Amino acid sequence: MIGILPAMSSPISRDDVAHVARLARLELSSDELDRFTDQLGAILEHAADVEALDVTDIEPMHHPVPMSNVMRPDVVVPSLDRDEVLAQAPAAEAGQFRVPPVLGEA
Amino acid sequence: MAERAIGLATAVRAGDRSARSVVESHLAVIAEREPDVHAFNLVLADRSLARADEIDAIVAAGGDPGPLAGVPIAVKDNTCMRGVPTTCSSKILGQWRPPYDATVVQRLHEAGAIAIGKTNLDEFAMGSSTENSAFGPTRNPLDLDLVPGGSSGGSAAAVAAGFAPLAIGSDTGGSIRQPAAFCGVVGMKPTYGAVSRYGLIAFASSLDQIGPFAADVADAAALFEVLAGHDPLDSTSIAEPAAQVSGVLDRGVEGLRVGVISELSGAGIDGIAADVQDRTRTAADALGAAGALVDEVSVPSTVFGLSAYYLIAPAEASSNLSRYDGGRYGLRVDGANNEAMNVASRSAGFGDEVKRRIMLGTYALSAGYYDAYYGKAQKVRTLIRDDFAAAYENHDVLLSPTAPTTAFPLGDRTADPMTMYVNDVCTIPSNLAGHPAISVPYGVGASGLPIGVQVLAPTRGEAVMFQVAAALERTMA
Amino acid sequence: MTREAVVEPVLPEGWELVVGCEVHCELATATKLFCGCRNGFGDEPNRNTCPVCLGLPGSLPVLNEAAVAFAMQLGRALGSTVRGSVFARKNYFYPDMPKDYQITQYDQPTNVDGFLELPTGARVTIERAHIEEDTGKSTHVGGSGRIHDASYSLVDYNRAGVPLVEIVSAPDIHTIDDAKAYVAELRAILVTIGVSDAKMEEGSMRVDANVSVRPAGSDELRTRCEVKNINSIRSLGRAIEYEARRHIDLYNSGQAPRQETRHWDEANGRSTSGRSKEDSEDYRYFEEPDLLPLDATADEIAAIDDAMPPLPAGRRRLLTDAGVDAASAVILVDRGHDHFAAETIRVGGEAALVARHLVHNLPDGPGEVDPAALAALVEMESTGALSSTQAKTVLAELAASGGEPSAVAAAHGFEAMDTGELEGILDDLIAAHPDEWTRFVEGDRKVQGFFVGQIMAATKGQADGKVVNQLMQARLAG
Ligand SMILES: [Mg+2]
Ligand SMILES: [Zn+2]
Repeated sequence: MIGILPAMSSPISRDDVAHVARLARLELSSDELDRFTDQLGAILEHAADVEALDVTDIEPMHHPVPMSNVMRPDVVVPSLDRDEVLAQAPAAEAGQFRVPPVLGEA
Repeated sequence: MAERAIGLATAVRAGDRSARSVVESHLAVIAEREPDVHAFNLVLADRSLARADEIDAIVAAGGDPGPLAGVPIAVKDNTCMRGVPTTCSSKILGQWRPPYDATVVQRLHEAGAIAIGKTNLDEFAMGSSTENSAFGPTRNPLDLDLVPGGSSGGSAAAVAAGFAPLAIGSDTGGSIRQPAAFCGVVGMKPTYGAVSRYGLIAFASSLDQIGPFAADVADAAALFEVLAGHDPLDSTSIAEPAAQVSGVLDRGVEGLRVGVISELSGAGIDGIAADVQDRTRTAADALGAAGALVDEVSVPSTVFGLSAYYLIAPAEASSNLSRYDGGRYGLRVDGANNEAMNVASRSAGFGDEVKRRIMLGTYALSAGYYDAYYGKAQKVRTLIRDDFAAAYENHDVLLSPTAPTTAFPLGDRTADPMTMYVNDVCTIPSNLAGHPAISVPYGVGASGLPIGVQVLAPTRGEAVMFQVAAALERTMA
Repeated sequence: MTREAVVEPVLPEGWELVVGCEVHCELATATKLFCGCRNGFGDEPNRNTCPVCLGLPGSLPVLNEAAVAFAMQLGRALGSTVRGSVFARKNYFYPDMPKDYQITQYDQPTNVDGFLELPTGARVTIERAHIEEDTGKSTHVGGSGRIHDASYSLVDYNRAGVPLVEIVSAPDIHTIDDAKAYVAELRAILVTIGVSDAKMEEGSMRVDANVSVRPAGSDELRTRCEVKNINSIRSLGRAIEYEARRHIDLYNSGQAPRQETRHWDEANGRSTSGRSKEDSEDYRYFEEPDLLPLDATADEIAAIDDAMPPLPAGRRRLLTDAGVDAASAVILVDRGHDHFAAETIRVGGEAALVARHLVHNLPDGPGEVDPAALAALVEMESTGALSSTQAKTVLAELAASGGEPSAVAAAHGFEAMDTGELEGILDDLIAAHPDEWTRFVEGDRKVQGFFVGQIMAATKGQADGKVVNQLMQARLAG
């Protein structure tokens, strides 16, 4: 392997993994939680070389090709056939997507 | 590997050969070997025969069906085709049939190519062996005990097995070039923005590019010319016409400056197998013998590429894959409320590698970690781009191995994700910089398995890249 | 739209209100922000959808240039610095949001550092006005229809991807009247520059209020609550008052509010606690890789400024400078009748009378009257050629069918009454009501109205009230 620096002490905890799983709407068994904690820890340890790098004055590169102001004219184009779209939905009713009740409000 | 695309298209356009017979002969090869190889998630037999008949009718009527007339092409199954199940080799998409075509699918259709099947991949293109498919692995046609590489393993295997003269794949960190190297075919990642991503199911948006697989450089060039070009549906599509590359293939390398990247060729890093180092050196020497000015060049920050990639790609993926929530399409596992349904669907629908990357990316973006991880990794991209720019000040192209090793046995690297990730160490820098790169088969290694050599070029440098790749290919002849 | 005149509910002594508003308004483009689907209200569910606004796998956004132009115009109308910007993804799961992230502007919005000048002269800082996409709409079905006991939800994505500008004010608002005036003023600007129809009732303008209180005289910022689901300017006032009182009650009982999102329940006149935002607060913003940065050049900004129509504050100032009272100026500008008023005054109409007629007698606009005719009518009224009642009658007819005020007045037989004739009527009235007259003479001015009214009745409104008053005063003096 390349660029391995001294490992940081446990870059990600079991609680961290449980937290990101919750954010990502994934449910993990206790075993999975242990396994993923180890694996993510190993990957983040590898990423420690990046973390340790001094890049203070470097601009981040968000786009490989420097372009700006890419826009389209405000002209209506035909929408999709609703039946074709809703035929792919796990559940539909009255021209709409049907989902289980939402808890709370965003 | 059977016939070449250019030859077939020439024959079909001239009426010397029917598209139907071309499709039938490829379907026959598929029928014979596909059960062993499992390159496809779906073979579009009836559909491709029907399209072949249309093409034959065009030719019969005196028309021109296009530069790839009648050529079967295998399409990676993360590319949307209207009405055809598009799965990303994931359970989460169920039997989703997109209501629209990807731009490249349309371009292929307009060029007369015939989509013969949807090829297997690592789920959502996350992997380097095509073992992370919900539908079982693809095997390397050269040795069924070995992986074909990945994530576009199905496409590479399809070309290597003669199922289709051409295939398309997507390359986020090497997913075209590494399987091309493992399967002994040509695979190319275009400049970011050269080929439209519209209809390519996103893995990591700032890295993904669609590109060609072919048995030789000329076919890859012909396919690239069909795929590339501005698309108003993709904001990141380059607004200028793509480079024409077929015309430069014969030009040779006399006077071209070729730099072998020291960090990626064995001198700078461990892990590049001796036979791979050896073939890369041989390739460099051959180019030198053909008139190129070859030297070694340092691109120092490429050693940080892997780490940066494994922060950036999962971060973008974690966001791109949020939409698979059971609500509008694909798999739904019911729950008492919407959130429970989301959790149940996603937990059942995604495989381990995808979950791992979603969580890694979620973590890299989460409050308090953005600056240390994602933010910093984006700055590393700048370093890599700048280092490449310095190298290109006095080089026309760069050279490196495509992958550190030859194809490895199935199951060999599934236990520890890091051992899989290092497969992409030589290919990732081009994705981070947005540059084009091509893998050209260059002989075999110690165990008789193919080795790929990678030719890298600066942004929109496809012409010189293909020129060198074609010359390199000729040195093997 | 008329702004309500309200008596401000007074908070308990010793407390000051601190309010900042987040206003989302839909831009009046033909298509959505990132796709060519129709941006329309009230269409059949999911008819205006495509791979992009449904967030289908493989789809990509392409920015609508009109939405950007509108947002920049709004920015300049709000006195903002309009600058280069970057789109970001705000990640959270919600069934209304097809990609489970919202494309919005985060740390580099298009418009920053603006302000809004209220009719009262108060100035509210606008921190930012950024571009983002709207969500779809869920309907909660089953149970009582309320979200908490719905048995399922139906989702319509017609609204998903409609362009929004989110306008974020500083916590500069300290009275309920100012909060309402702020939103009314914002709406007036949006409508004036034509970038949004800003209808709160259709949801094309939505107001969230960040409410906190502090001891009067202090400049601390205490815990705020974001109150959502406010559907009118009236409910904005009610919601702020309720929330402020709730905070004060908590502080007075030794507790403190906790930072949260609350929902205004208009029917019951109270706010209720929303879901705890503990998890969803971590939005994992990052730069949208599918979109490119936006530049804003000095030339572009200059062109926007050149094309900017007169804005409400300036238009009000024009009227008040011409002699119209401030309250009428607000109404006339809100109704868009200010230009007509100014023109009428310019051609000679007396400002106060012109304003009065337009505000009270022509709420739907001048109709067929032109400024010259209204000026002539006002002239006839102020010289006593027409009584105010007659003027009103003539004006109604002018508005309906046009014509010359003098001709319309003549056709009605409206003529200035002869003073001698009025003296005679007054004599008869004094004879018929001697007690009332005595009271008037002894200084009870209330009965003056009685006599004026009686004369008006006797003359069927043709008498000029002013002239009658003068006659009565003259008899006192004599
Ligand atoms: Mg917002
Ligand atoms: Zn749409």
